[in-house]
Formats: sequence, C-alpha cells, structure tokens
Amino acid sequence: MSLVRTVALHLRKDLRLEWRSKDAANSMLFFALLVVVVFAFAFDPLAEESRLIAGGIGWVALLFATIVALNQSWARELQNGVLDALRLAPAPPNGLFLGKTIANFLFVVVVEALITPVFVVFYNLRVIGSPAQLVLVAILGTWALVVNGTFFSAMSIRTRNRELMLPLILFPISLPALLGMVLATTNILTGERQPTDWIKLLVVYDVVFTMVSLLLFESVLTAE
Amino acid sequence: MLDGVSKLFGRFAALHDLSAILVSGQLYGLLGENGAGKTTLLRIIAGLSRPSRGSVRVLGSPDVRGVTARIGYMAHSNLLYDELTARENLEYFSGLYGSRPKAGSEELLSLVGLGNVDRNRRVSQYSQGMKQRLALARAMISSPDLLLLDEPFSNVDAKSIAAMAALLGQLRDRGATVIVITHQVEALAAVADEWITLHAGTIVKRESGSRRSSASQQAATPRGVEL
Repeated sequence: MSLVRTVALHLRKDLRLEWRSKDAANSMLFFALLVVVVFAFAFDPLAEESRLIAGGIGWVALLFATIVALNQSWARELQNGVLDALRLAPAPPNGLFLGKTIANFLFVVVVEALITPVFVVFYNLRVIGSPAQLVLVAILGTWALVVNGTFFSAMSIRTRNRELMLPLILFPISLPALLGMVLATTNILTGERQPTDWIKLLVVYDVVFTMVSLLLFESVLTAE
Repeated sequence: MLDGVSKLFGRFAALHDLSAILVSGQLYGLLGENGAGKTTLLRIIAGLSRPSRGSVRVLGSPDVRGVTARIGYMAHSNLLYDELTARENLEYFSGLYGSRPKAGSEELLSLVGLGNVDRNRRVSQYSQGMKQRLALARAMISSPDLLLLDEPFSNVDAKSIAAMAALLGQLRDRGATVIVITHQVEALAAVADEWITLHAGTIVKRESGSRRSSASQQAATPRGVEL
C-alpha cells in the first residue's frame, strides 16, 4: 500500500476530526493568545526592546501551545481504543506518523497566522530584516516542534502521566531548535545580523529528527 | 497453535503455560470468569500483545504481525472514532487495508442491521448496542480469515444478538475461523462448534458445541495448524 495514499488517508481523517471538534485549535489559540497578552502587559516593552525579546516570547508561547495540541492529537487514538485497530491494519506505520505530523503542522500554522497580527500590535513590531526569511524560519521552526512533538507524544501516550511526560521529554530535545528559532527570529526582526547559520541549523535539525522519527515510529506504535 | 504460552504482568500471570490447537473454519466460544485471561489470550492471538513465554502460530505463520491484515478484531472498546459517521469510519479503516479484498461499507452496515440509519449521524450519537454492531462491521472490513471478538453481544438487544450470531455462523461456514469471548452462552449456542473454558490463565475445559453437523465436521479438517 502506497505511503502517500496512507498519509493522505490519515491526514484527511485528522483534519475532519479537528474541523468537527476544534479541540486542538481552540486550546492552542487561547493558550498562545494568553501567553502573548500576559507577557505584553508584564513587560510593556518599547519598540527596540520588543524586537529583542519578541522572538523568544513568540516561540515559547507557540511551544507551550503546541504541547497542548500534541497531547490531544494522540488522545483521539486512545479514545475507544482506536490505536489497536491502527496497529492491526497493514498500512505503513509511517503513514500514520506523517499524516498526524502534517495535520499538527497545519493546526500550528493556522494558529501562528491568527496570532501574528495580535503579536505585532501588542509588541509594536516592525520587521527590519527580510520577511521572507521570517516565514522560512516559521515553517522550519514549526516543523521542528511538531515532528518531535508528534513522535514523543506517541511515545508517552501509554504512560500514566502523559501530559507531564511530553514536555519533560520534548523540551530538552527541542532546545537546539528553539535556540535556532529564537536567534534567527531576533536577527531578522532587528536586522543586525544574517540569520543564515541559524536557518541552516534548523534545516539540519528538521532533516535529522524527521528521519530518526520515521525510523523508530513503527517500534513505538507496536510497543505494548 | 498456542504452545506453552504465558503472559506476565509484573508478577501476575494472566496466562500460564497455555497450549492449544485451534482448527480453521470453526467457531469457538471462549468462556471464563472475569480475570481468567480471555482478553489477554485474544490480544496475543491478534498480535497486539506478545507472550512472555511460549510461542504462537496464527494462520500458519509464527510471525503474527505478518498476518494481521487477515485478522479481524473487535475489542471491549469499539475501536471507532466518535466524531465520524458510520460510513466515514468504515471507509477510513477500509482504506488502511489497501488492495486486500474488502466488503463495501453499505454491505457491512446492512449485514449488521445499520443500513437504514441516518447517513449523517455520528457514532457519538449511536446507542451502545448500535456501536457494538458497527464495531463488528469494522472488524469484518477486510473479509478476515480469523475473526476475534471480545464480548460482541454486550448491550445488544436480543433480536440483534440472534442476527449477529447467525452472521458469525455464516462467516464460519464460508471458511473463517471465529473466536468469541462471551458470557452469554445461549447467544452462541446454535452456532458454536466448540467451547473453551479458561480459569486462572489456563484452559480447564474443552467441549463440543451443540451444532455439530457432519458438513461442518468435514470443513473442520485440520490444515496443519491453521489458527
């Protein structure tokens, strides 16, 4: 059975479920909004300061919001024991992983698109560097969070404290990517340095962790 | 074939040195009190759980994972997405079985008596009995050679139970092996070929079912160890 067809099947199912329940989108959106607004009131930064700290605040808000969504994305498969049916099906396990990762990626991208205008207003932001590079960093950074998050949330779904386990595993692993995202974003916002090295780091990180996740996912899925 | 199968959860043995040969094309009723190990046994046969000791050979293969496409499994939980409709569920799971010959979702829904239910009704709006019947349809989606059912008659009304049991009998007559965990012996009495009773993780009794026609005896000729 072709991988592409399986990915499309899982993706369509996840998008349909999310469209009907809106569980992940709602919780992610409100969580990210809350963090952005609370930090804006807490620091009340000037335009210059905003450019220096906005990258960090934005990505941390998204990291926390993503965790909320990731926990829910696999919880769907646990409800009614559906995961057992998926384990029995002969479709390639990586199709399930990629379908879910792409679905999560799209959810986070939608939230980013909705949060960005609020972020710009609250932090009085104006990009000095290249906006195209900012979009590239957003895509690479989001994939880095989501690919690891989807993998590690699959690992932690059968643990007793899965909501706690996921951030405990994901945060340390995501640190290099988070560093790349924050510094690349800050460089682009301030226009002081080229973010190229950080973008390269994100590309390498994405490729390495996507490959590792694909190699190991079947073992995670079939583990008791 | 189950050969010396044990399953340990910590120090607790859910199954203890269990051996059995089950013949293809038969309908087995699996009996036993709660905690006897019935569900654990079914999960091991399905390849969802590995034995701590011993070996299992399913559909002629020692690698159960390699033949899961030929196994239909219905668990305690219904293995369905609540937010999808019956047809969406069946079509999704059918898609996961690729090129394997499959029953159509309309045909399956008719078989389990759900053909006339509103197409847009989500599974979350179904009664427990309807969910059970839909779960059976899902388990049959890949026209399985081995059908494993864990208490399929729970919360199902008497008329539907009779229809489900007759359906299982038909599947067996077409050559499928069916293993059913149930506490409702009378529900399967008309179609079961053999009853297997478990106690404390081991088989304590095997007895023929009431239905022992000569035709089914012939159909039950062992093909090696097929289960």
